[in-house]
Amino acid sequence: MEWETVIGLEIHAQLNTLSKIFSGASTAYGAEPNSQACLVDLGYPGQLPVLNAQAVAKAVKFGLATGSKVARRSVFARKNYFYPDLPKGYQISQFELPIVETGKLEVVLEDGSIKIVGLTRAHLEEDAGKSLHEDFAGMTGIDLNRAGTPLLEIVSEPEMYNAKEAVAYMKTIHTLVRYLDISDGNMAEGSFRCDANVSVRPKGSDKLGTRSEIKNLNSFRFVERAINFEVERQIDILESGGKVVQETRLYDSVKDETRSMRSKEEANDYRYFPDPDLLPVVLEESYIEDIAKTLPELPGQKRKRFIDEHGLSAYDAGVLTASRELGDYYEHVVERLGSDPKLAANWVSGELAGALNKAGLDITESVVGPEALADMLGRIVDNTISGKIAKDVFEAMWSGEGTADEIIEARGLKQITDSSAIEAVIDQVMEANPGQLADYRSGKDKLFGFFVGQVMKATQGKANPAQVNDVLRKKLAG
Amino acid sequence: MMHKKTVAEISRSLQAREFSSVEITRHLLSRIDSLDKNLNSFITVTADFALAAAAAADKRIASGDAGPLTGVPIAHKDIFCTDGVRTSCGSRMLDNFVSPYDATVVARLKDAGMVMLGKTNMDEFAMGSSNETSFYGPVHNPWDLNTVPGGSSGGSAAAVAARLAPVATGTDTGGSIRQPAALAGITGVKPTYGRVSRYGMIAFASSLDQAGTLTQNAEDAALVLEAMSGFDKHDSTSSPAAVPSYHGSLNESLEGLRVGVPQEFLDEGLDPQNRAAVEAALEVYRSLGATIHPVSMPSLALSVPTYYVVAPAEASSNLSRFDGVRFGYRCENPVDLVDMYKRSRGEGFGEEVKRRIMTGTYVLSAGYYDAYYLQAQKVRQLIAEDFTRVFKEVDVLMGPTTPEPAFELGAKTADPITMYLNDIYTIGVNLAGLPGVSIPCGFVNDLPVGLQLIGSHFSEAKLLNVAHRYQQETDWHQRLPGSDYE
Amino acid sequence: MSLTKREVENVAHLARLEITEGEIERVVENLSSIIDFVDQLRGADTGDVLPMAHPLDMSQRLRTDEVSESDQRKRFQANTSAVEAGLYLVPKVIE
Repeated sequence: MEWETVIGLEIHAQLNTLSKIFSGASTAYGAEPNSQACLVDLGYPGQLPVLNAQAVAKAVKFGLATGSKVARRSVFARKNYFYPDLPKGYQISQFELPIVETGKLEVVLEDGSIKIVGLTRAHLEEDAGKSLHEDFAGMTGIDLNRAGTPLLEIVSEPEMYNAKEAVAYMKTIHTLVRYLDISDGNMAEGSFRCDANVSVRPKGSDKLGTRSEIKNLNSFRFVERAINFEVERQIDILESGGKVVQETRLYDSVKDETRSMRSKEEANDYRYFPDPDLLPVVLEESYIEDIAKTLPELPGQKRKRFIDEHGLSAYDAGVLTASRELGDYYEHVVERLGSDPKLAANWVSGELAGALNKAGLDITESVVGPEALADMLGRIVDNTISGKIAKDVFEAMWSGEGTADEIIEARGLKQITDSSAIEAVIDQVMEANPGQLADYRSGKDKLFGFFVGQVMKATQGKANPAQVNDVLRKKLAG
Repeated sequence: MMHKKTVAEISRSLQAREFSSVEITRHLLSRIDSLDKNLNSFITVTADFALAAAAAADKRIASGDAGPLTGVPIAHKDIFCTDGVRTSCGSRMLDNFVSPYDATVVARLKDAGMVMLGKTNMDEFAMGSSNETSFYGPVHNPWDLNTVPGGSSGGSAAAVAARLAPVATGTDTGGSIRQPAALAGITGVKPTYGRVSRYGMIAFASSLDQAGTLTQNAEDAALVLEAMSGFDKHDSTSSPAAVPSYHGSLNESLEGLRVGVPQEFLDEGLDPQNRAAVEAALEVYRSLGATIHPVSMPSLALSVPTYYVVAPAEASSNLSRFDGVRFGYRCENPVDLVDMYKRSRGEGFGEEVKRRIMTGTYVLSAGYYDAYYLQAQKVRQLIAEDFTRVFKEVDVLMGPTTPEPAFELGAKTADPITMYLNDIYTIGVNLAGLPGVSIPCGFVNDLPVGLQLIGSHFSEAKLLNVAHRYQQETDWHQRLPGSDYE
Repeated sequence: MSLTKREVENVAHLARLEITEGEIERVVENLSSIIDFVDQLRGADTGDVLPMAHPLDMSQRLRTDEVSESDQRKRFQANTSAVEAGLYLVPKVIE
């Protein structure tokens, strides 16, 4: 039988607020255990939550950016369950009335085609603490620093049909939240993670199969691998006549497999009800309009503009819009250069990206700034240097030897465009290689490249390649 | 004789240097020491704290930097968190709990210069109407030691009635200030929901809980309530509305006051003598220029079952934080995590608390939510609408606070429903978030009974004025529970 | 009895409350009588009435996003002895 996979994702994006969603404790990562867990976060008797304005603003930004419905009235509810990383015995979340409902997201797939994925909802909630399972004499240690960090849980429709689509969707959200500056998207620190709901069904069926929920996937690679493993596992079960059990599973990246979570085995009854400590969140029209004004150009819009106005390929446009900072850098270069966006694109996504990657730096930490790069590219455009020489110049700039012009000057890299000088070199080369000259003239056209090479060597690559070709062809012809 | 003075009188005496704060504090501490053995109204007496605070208050008075409450002693219900002092909430669960912070109510009264004598006994987690569910044993009513003082603020009521403290704080979720005030013959004020911050008040049912005062009279309530009320940034449900001068409007005329009497309050459950006391009080009001109007509020009949869905539902969730991990009771040698939870909670909570957690868990659980919790929220709306409707026609509502005077210890502990029905007249006020006051209005079988006054939202000034004018005409509130307390 | 022993045991488990064999009968009886008592709500005509979650008609106030709390771990952990290296200790959690 042929099977079809159906995937829905619940992405948890930590919102990059300074303080927690319901308390004034810091959200900074990596502090001493429990040093950033205040009385509210610890669920101390008598403590009450007060909602962080920025958490709301950031959720609204996300809603507006995805064309979703931003609820004028949303309500916080309590999700009740006992777990040591959940100090109050309930998580404050949104249930019946989330702040963001029904949106759509354009996802660019690997082959460049566009897929629309529906967003069911996005709601605000508080993160839980962390359990540390290193052995404390057979005990588990609990760190509540993360407890109360604001989360936006973004729930997709079950509309993705393979792991690659799911990853493309997750990457799109990842890019978007960073564009909007609502999350740092740091997956290694757990600021951006997802649960995947995976099911399979016979191809052509319109009924969803029984799903399993894979918890806490914190890298794109893990998402892909966990889904692929899970799909195979479910197909194996079904093909051998078994039934998939609805359950929560954990992905083990070391063994590359998913396994049932014992702690979540029992059927949960979360007893949601409106949190009486918090009032309905009512958003005025003017508030939403003000936030709409702060929205940056979104990655999808920018990609289209780069293709339509800059003449970039879909691929280049995709690469350059992967982060807001990269797009900004590229646009700075183009603006200063005043022409040749394609050249700028090649350099930003080629040489520059390579150098950054090698140095382990982020675009915002680039040693060569956009102005310096643009000035260097200007020397290619005005024929002062060739593209090949430019690579050496860039390397020298990267190692701090100065501006493009200083390096060209100091190293004498200025391109030779004086045709009489080029002619003189060609004459020398022809004189020094009589054998090859004779062979060429007797029909060995392939030797043309040999002569170009000799001329470039003699000029240390500084001769203008187009001119060399031109003059050489005439001279060789005799 | 110092102990018989009201808050206002103590304030005047301190200002006039008739005695010092240290002197009255010492006097009351020694009264607690000798008399509270029989009453059990205090869980913790904070003598050292009190004397230090009194000495500081005396300095403030001497330097002319005193407010009206500076140096006046007070007792706090043990539901309010007090920095550095055990805050037990009447439970074994918190027997070893020392709060690292002050509740807003405590902090504000501390700032006003009040001197905390100690923490008063209460029903465990404020769940009870007789103070018999306390881990620290029942409180005895000073009017008759065989009877209950009411609950859950039973310790506060007994302490003020016995003149061990001129004022005590309380909390009222379904009648927990008004009912004990009535049974102990004192004045109890439950303000509008949102009037007083809930920050630092250990939650029972968050949408119903409200802090208030237990005092000898309405004037004292006005003084103390004014100091503890007002917006608090730590409580999202705290109202930003300005606090008027409650004391300033106490003497306004009641000429033309429209008094509504819900006929549902004068039902067959009401003791006839209690009813007679209420009717006599209405006559006093008539003589003060008020007009009396029977009103009907049919949905009130469902207030007790509504309350016993909403309150346990919220409580079941509020009390989940007591899990033995970060504070509170933890069982010995748990075999695993679930065992730690179940035994810590099973051993740390008393019977009534567990009963309410179970009830609340049940009404919120899958399959029952709509039938119980959601339905109760809808009936709650109907009850609130009934109040809104009658307040278009009358200024205040009056009726009994309780169906009968104090009952004997153990009389209602066997059947929870019988106990719950003792709050039949007070619960509606909490469901609608309204202010309510209970003032002494007579005696039945030598035990005090109360008249309940109910106002519209944020009408505390009016209610205190109405209560005060009655107390200018009557002396029920000045009666003492026997010669021991003279 | 409107509730069965099994139902009551399930509720006790959800609420993480230990109920001993000796107590269970009384708990079933009490809880049943309470549920029977509140059952009278089912009869109320609440057709299109909106549920009331709060007594006051107010909306949520928003707090400025700023860090106002400092590290007071030592103080806050004074209410438990089950602490090591700043972590709260619980019996082993199995995922």
